[in-house]
Amino acid sequence: MTTFETISKLIAETKDMDITTIKPEMTFADLGLDSLDVAELVMNMEDELGVTIEISPALKTVQDVVALVDAQKK
Amino acid sequence: MTRRFRNPKHKRKECEPMKIVAFGHALPKRSITNAELIRFLDTSDEWIQTHTGIESRRVLTGKETLSGLGAKAAKMALDRAGLKASEIDYILCSTTRGEMSFPATSCLIQEKLGASCPCLDVNAGCSGFVYALDVADGLLSTGRVRRVLVVCAEQVSRFTDWTDRSTCVLFGDAAGAAVCEAGEGLRAVRVTAEGDAKPLHGWPSGGNCPFDDRIPAEQPLYMNGQEIFKFAVTHSCHDIETVMEASGLTAETVDYFVLHQANRRILDAARARLKQPAEKFPMNITTHGNTSSACIPVLLSEMVEDGRLQKGQTLVLSAFGAGLTTGAAVLQY
Repeated sequence: MTTFETISKLIAETKDMDITTIKPEMTFADLGLDSLDVAELVMNMEDELGVTIEISPALKTVQDVVALVDAQKK
Repeated sequence: MTRRFRNPKHKRKECEPMKIVAFGHALPKRSITNAELIRFLDTSDEWIQTHTGIESRRVLTGKETLSGLGAKAAKMALDRAGLKASEIDYILCSTTRGEMSFPATSCLIQEKLGASCPCLDVNAGCSGFVYALDVADGLLSTGRVRRVLVVCAEQVSRFTDWTDRSTCVLFGDAAGAAVCEAGEGLRAVRVTAEGDAKPLHGWPSGGNCPFDDRIPAEQPLYMNGQEIFKFAVTHSCHDIETVMEASGLTAETVDYFVLHQANRRILDAARARLKQPAEKFPMNITTHGNTSSACIPVLLSEMVEDGRLQKGQTLVLSAFGAGLTTGAAVLQY
């Protein structure tokens, strides 16, 4: 499973939404995630992927998170 | 004798265990609804409720004092235990910021109760109740005291910034108390600290010493909500699993998980991770807000009052807060 697929699965589970509607360019606001949803998502991603993700204003879109995780995996 | 682990990394020799014989609580008269807050804050009732679960909170006003509130909670606990104030051997008060810089709030409570025992304040932020139980456990184990009164007295309204909508909506004032004696009850305690002021802190007024050119200005409560959310959920779940394991328990055998009432979303996230039903996670955040270390003893006292908490039931307590500190315990009531 790619990083994007893993993150999409976690988002879909967190917000109980259709995974096929999640696109890389979507922001957290587009996905209906508030600040605590983002914190919970980051927590679940850290557990699932074994990475550390710092929540910062630069983290806006799904693709931003994918890039951050992929950079740590290298 | 039940074996208890204060911290699973540091097994200690067996000693007389501790039990809680009674709880008490006291709330300020004034209740502030979300509707009153939106008169001067750029927020909404819907935002506050969906983000926090809070509808209203109590605030000390007028002639009410923090020590008066603490004494009222203590009196309720003493009355339920059938005890006089003179029968208390030690008063421990957990408070994030006392009524006065000094003397300790425990001393002011002692004066109001008419007790005459040693008094000590502890500050472990919102983890203060579990930390205070740990200290009470240590005092009782020396054999020098027979009965410790733990009071958690919090007036968070005094040091939040009421122009900051991200924090002032969260907190309330309250006092909770517990009378502790030797006996079977406290089966495991775990207290931790990771020193880090950045995500959650406040500064008192610095005075006016003319020789000090770096006096900090008073700063009200600051909190990085997302970082604290992550810290709270991950550490709380880990602490709960640790103390359950130390006590030979599974989540299914626990009657109630009594968590620090920081935010409804934290409670929901922890509950989802532990895969336990909502009925096992009592709450009073809806009407009290986050009352720091007073949350847990207030909730337990209310559960005694309405009959939800019965003698013999098994509780797992979990708290987390400024420090960053955490505290968890297994308690058989």
